[in-house]
Amino acid sequence: MSHTQPSDTLLVSTRKGLFTVKRDGGGWDVAAVDFLGDNVTLTLTDPRDGRHYAALDHGHFGVKLHRSLAGGGFEEIATPTYPEKPEGHEELDMWGRPLPWSTVRVWALAAGGADEPGTLWCGTLPGGLFKSTDHGASWQLVRSLWDHPLRQKWGGGGADLPGLHSICVDPRNARRLAIAVSTGGVWASEDGGDSWTLRGGGMRAEYMPPEQADDPIAQDVHCLVRCREAPERMWVQHHNGIFVSSDEGTSFTEIDKAGPSTFGFAVAVHPREPDTAWFVPEIKDEKRIPKDGRLVVTRTRDGGRSFDVLTEGLPQRHAYDVVYRHALALDDSGERLAIGSTTGGLWVSEDQGDRWSCVSHTLPPVYAVRFA
Amino acid sequence: MVRVVFTQNIQRHVALPETEVAGGTVREVLEAVFADSPSARSYVLDDQGALRKHMTVFVDGTMVRDRTTLAEPVGPASTVHVFQALSGG
Repeated sequence: MSHTQPSDTLLVSTRKGLFTVKRDGGGWDVAAVDFLGDNVTLTLTDPRDGRHYAALDHGHFGVKLHRSLAGGGFEEIATPTYPEKPEGHEELDMWGRPLPWSTVRVWALAAGGADEPGTLWCGTLPGGLFKSTDHGASWQLVRSLWDHPLRQKWGGGGADLPGLHSICVDPRNARRLAIAVSTGGVWASEDGGDSWTLRGGGMRAEYMPPEQADDPIAQDVHCLVRCREAPERMWVQHHNGIFVSSDEGTSFTEIDKAGPSTFGFAVAVHPREPDTAWFVPEIKDEKRIPKDGRLVVTRTRDGGRSFDVLTEGLPQRHAYDVVYRHALALDDSGERLAIGSTTGGLWVSEDQGDRWSCVSHTLPPVYAVRFA
Repeated sequence: MVRVVFTQNIQRHVALPETEVAGGTVREVLEAVFADSPSARSYVLDDQGALRKHMTVFVDGTMVRDRTTLAEPVGPASTVHVFQALSGG
């Protein structure tokens, strides 16, 4: 499967269904709707075989995973399930309540390496990482991370419970993994997940007492991405700003200026140009709305030294769209971008963000956007 | 036999028509249903086998309070309703 042809298909996960949006004659439009009325929180398209995976949250009935069928439609597959809590095991969350050993949300889905057909990774709330080697027919909790003594220091961030939202598989060697947790920092494995090391030096947490602000375990990473062709380069959108690493997440440098704000949830990095990355800024944490009601995307092409503020085609008056961590997408060509918002807006750019076109502003709240 | 009735809303995910099963506790009754409909389990119970947060079970009209062990007794002619709580939204 080529990684250089621009993608013509978007999967848009919303509060009320999965919308497949396709490019047709130069324009983009909704071509299909699956799970209409249901809460779809995330999708993955497996680049090795083209299969789509969709995470659903049925509320009362819990989280479920579905996989696309060759003839169209989806079938329910196994959901990552936590093992039975050991007899007498006591573990409280940061609120003093028993930590549920139960999948509360699927917050990350990633395909394994090109040489590992069928291997998938899934990150969840309350923080468990799961692995499947059979296309999602079964899942195993990665005990080496779950049982790591520092894991119990993970806390709530984007939700009351810790959440594992970013999984980056090293394209050079699929046994090298990086993950990020809100809150719990950046972690890496060099051995396919058998052992884990806390990384993420250089980030800072204003919500902690000053002497703990630099503690890597305390960092509320909102999103972690890794450059495909220069995997030593990682970008982080963090609760307290933007950070960039050139040593695979061991150390980060803060970017203190990026257009209207360095606060946001999402980040995308160009697959071949490690210095090129995109963000969607919001007024920082206590407000979480676009500054001055203007929805913008910021782009750096020089590793964060300077940023373009991209506005053409985006609403610049009374826009209160928030773009969540999985709702900024970049295709494998590095040319096409898409953003989906909490107020049901969906925009696509075919020129790295210079110009945007609105696909819809009446979708249900958008949780995730992915090119397929 | 215990009569078991599931919320209508679960039917579009898992077909669970009204049924009659044997069982002396809430868990035994539910397990008897899941024996015939294994895919229903994860819709009703969480990963640890407790009742999902916003699900409710009534035995002869009385809401079950023991949501973890589900050990409350069920009579041989009881009716068990498995419903959604309004609190789930």
